[in-house]
Amino acid sequence: MHVAIIGNGIAGVTAARTVRKRDPKARITLISGESEHHWSRPALMYIYMGHMRYQDTKPYQDHFWGKNRIDLVRGWVTQIDADGKTLTLDGQRTVQWDKLLIATGSKPNKFGWPGQDLNRVSGMYSLQDMDALEGWTRDIKHGVVVGGGLIGIELAEMLHSRGRHVTMLVREASYWDNALPAEESAMVNDVIKATGIDLRLGAELESIEDDGTGSVGAVQIKDGERLDAQYVGLTAGVRPNIAVTEGSSIETARGILVNDQLQTNHPDIYAAGDCAEIRTPEGQRNTIQAVWYTGRFQGEQAANNMLGDAGDYNAGLWFNSAKFVDLEYQVYGNVPASGAQHTSGLDYVFWKHDNGKHSVRICHKDGAVVGFNLMGVRFRHKVCEQWILEAKPLEYVLKNLRKAAFDPEFSKRHDAAIRAVAKGATP
Amino acid sequence: MSASVHLDALPPQRVGTEPRSLTVFEKVCLALVSFGSLLVFLSLLSPNTLSTYTSYWAAPALTMGTIVLGSLGYIFSAYMGTTPGIKHNGMFFSSMSNRGVWGWMAGVAMTSFYVILYWHSSTLAGAIALVEPISYALSGKHADQWFLYGFLYTVAVVVMGSRMLMKYRHSRYQIIRTLSVMFFQLGFGFLIPNILKALNQPEFYFTYFWPLKPEYLLPWSYGEEQLVTQGAVIVTGLTMGRAMLLWGAMMSVIAVPTLTYFFGKRWYCSWVCGCGGLAETLGDPYRQLSDNSDTAWKVERWMIHSVLLAITVITGLLWINAATGNAILGNASGLYSKTYGFFIGAAFSGVIGVGFYPILGSRVWCRFGCPQAAILGMFQRFFSRFRITTNGGQCISCGNCSTYCEMGIDVRAYAQRGENIVRASCVGCGVCSEVCPRGVLKLENGSFGDRFKNAAKPFAAIADAFRGKS
Repeated sequence: MHVAIIGNGIAGVTAARTVRKRDPKARITLISGESEHHWSRPALMYIYMGHMRYQDTKPYQDHFWGKNRIDLVRGWVTQIDADGKTLTLDGQRTVQWDKLLIATGSKPNKFGWPGQDLNRVSGMYSLQDMDALEGWTRDIKHGVVVGGGLIGIELAEMLHSRGRHVTMLVREASYWDNALPAEESAMVNDVIKATGIDLRLGAELESIEDDGTGSVGAVQIKDGERLDAQYVGLTAGVRPNIAVTEGSSIETARGILVNDQLQTNHPDIYAAGDCAEIRTPEGQRNTIQAVWYTGRFQGEQAANNMLGDAGDYNAGLWFNSAKFVDLEYQVYGNVPASGAQHTSGLDYVFWKHDNGKHSVRICHKDGAVVGFNLMGVRFRHKVCEQWILEAKPLEYVLKNLRKAAFDPEFSKRHDAAIRAVAKGATP
Repeated sequence: MSASVHLDALPPQRVGTEPRSLTVFEKVCLALVSFGSLLVFLSLLSPNTLSTYTSYWAAPALTMGTIVLGSLGYIFSAYMGTTPGIKHNGMFFSSMSNRGVWGWMAGVAMTSFYVILYWHSSTLAGAIALVEPISYALSGKHADQWFLYGFLYTVAVVVMGSRMLMKYRHSRYQIIRTLSVMFFQLGFGFLIPNILKALNQPEFYFTYFWPLKPEYLLPWSYGEEQLVTQGAVIVTGLTMGRAMLLWGAMMSVIAVPTLTYFFGKRWYCSWVCGCGGLAETLGDPYRQLSDNSDTAWKVERWMIHSVLLAITVITGLLWINAATGNAILGNASGLYSKTYGFFIGAAFSGVIGVGFYPILGSRVWCRFGCPQAAILGMFQRFFSRFRITTNGGQCISCGNCSTYCEMGIDVRAYAQRGENIVRASCVGCGVCSEVCPRGVLKLENGSFGDRFKNAAKPFAAIADAFRGKS
């Protein structure tokens, strides 16, 4: 059997590894236009910032692929023939396959802003995006980052690390408040400002202006200032990258439509990771799940199903993490964002350190714990997950906070302060 | 109507690929360092000139004093210009920290210093004269090249340790650990040995023992015989008291297994040991240069265990020889230990181990050569409660942990599989946990049996390891 996989990101690579583990005889072809080897996309910023080199971001040493007989093919897939079970590389080479996995990831959103296609305007998603930015860096005195999400703050930090003045235009009233509760969102605002990044909340991009040579020269804020700018980063979210399905009979909507088994309308074609749109997702989960570990889970499930299983994809209990400049963030379970905070029917224990660098939020409902939101504090994934799945009483959790602690040794423990807040909040 | 933003009005942003602009205070500090260094250089060319023209204490104050104060001031100011947190910006753009011109020059300079120190110490007369007042005040003895070396070594640990304290001022583990290595180097690596000299006792280092200091467990250290060597590399030249021998033996036989069982080898390697102390401080800017390939790991295992085997055999032979009245080796025993002293003690631990920091990373000696680390490592791997725990599914495989592991451990390979990291070489510095952006890694002393699959049956695990199954 020949399994072809388009995309060497975490979903595609996990699929390739899973197939190899289960089927020593399968022929596996892993195709990428972006890079020769799998690399860690969340580490993109660290390459630009000089924390690591590209080769340091490769999760597997180069000999891994040959040793596991995973054939790496470099090229862009230009066409998929679903019925003829072939694909075309760079408009020339044809590859035949028995099972196909599409794992092409995301691409940055563009919302039709005037000037969005000027030179020195880009998203920050691929190695090519980063290379382009590297080339422009010398010419950048002031960069404007549009969007208040995870990539936006990373891009702002990247530019700042290279001594570039950065302005962040965030449409919302507070940073990433469509995911974070209000207090935590405010903490990130403070971190951004303390870093020296010019944070503009409630500021929307109106247009990007040409400097007369086809490159960006300025940015106009809606009902606001005009900023001189030599670079504009468009980081207002991502959407599935489904260009590869154009001209094929694979069904798509925003993403590539798949059933619970991650199978497209063609039984031998699967999709996994950011590019997949699940027709009927479990529970309240999104149809498109664009985080690292869901890519890993989906890649594994898709591979198992390509080998003959018919297992449903299950994302398990929601968790995630990020780092906002110096401020670490972890979330486990159900934590409503700012807007839904008071309408969700949940109660909270929220403790924040006076220095604004640590906070713990425990969400509970009817006496049982349902979620944890942590800033500048590390909790143990397994313990949080177990407590939430077993609907542990709040009192139990408060008493056993030490079991969840994952901060480095000698870190100050805040258990007593958290319990004190809880006592004050619940009569 | 358009109002252009005034770039000057934005907050200062200091980190970049261009040289950052310096404050007046920083310029003064750097001027002090240059001034002191220039005087050291001139003193090397013309020994005693400085003390002739100034007062007794002016010579060390104007040279060592200005260098230390200037460095500390600069370090403090530079880090206060950043927010607390991991700031590895530009590490791989920097010539000094990524094997550029400055890195190579620093490597050659440090290597040359060791070569001169071991084999051409007369060249250093001018610098030795500069620390003479300090030596005399401490021990009542004249300074020699070994005092100069000990002094510079300690200064490096204290100054660069202060840098670590600033760099990791957000992390209590790093602060406490760094204070520990500074304390042990300053006290046990410098002051106590010199005070012992003042009391006409042997210059003894309580924090070193066999096999890192083989002479502490060799026959002639025990008897009346005075052994004076030229290089003074492995034999201190003085006979040790019984109490000191007992101390060394106790550390080797009791402290090593016991403390390693409870805390892992870090209790020694990154908290107490002087070599480790230098690596953790002076070596910190170079930790990312340690090779973390599988090949390097293989070389490491062969080399470090070969050195351990060599020193064990040498020690055993020397004791048998001594017990049998020089029957088996004759008078060749000195030659054996001198050869080991030259290749391992001087060439490996000094010239390559420290001199090559800017080329091969900060733990070359500890990783490839140190027999003490080899023993601690075996205990840590099979008979310890220490491990680095990974946090469920949070790993994003970014590679910061593997990149900044000074021992070249591919930490990510374990973290992305959600496996504990139980490796003989891990010195427990904790930097992987610091640089992880997702809170995935935690150094822990947990229970003995749950570290890896066969952990509860260490002898079966050893057998597995020999069969290449783990």
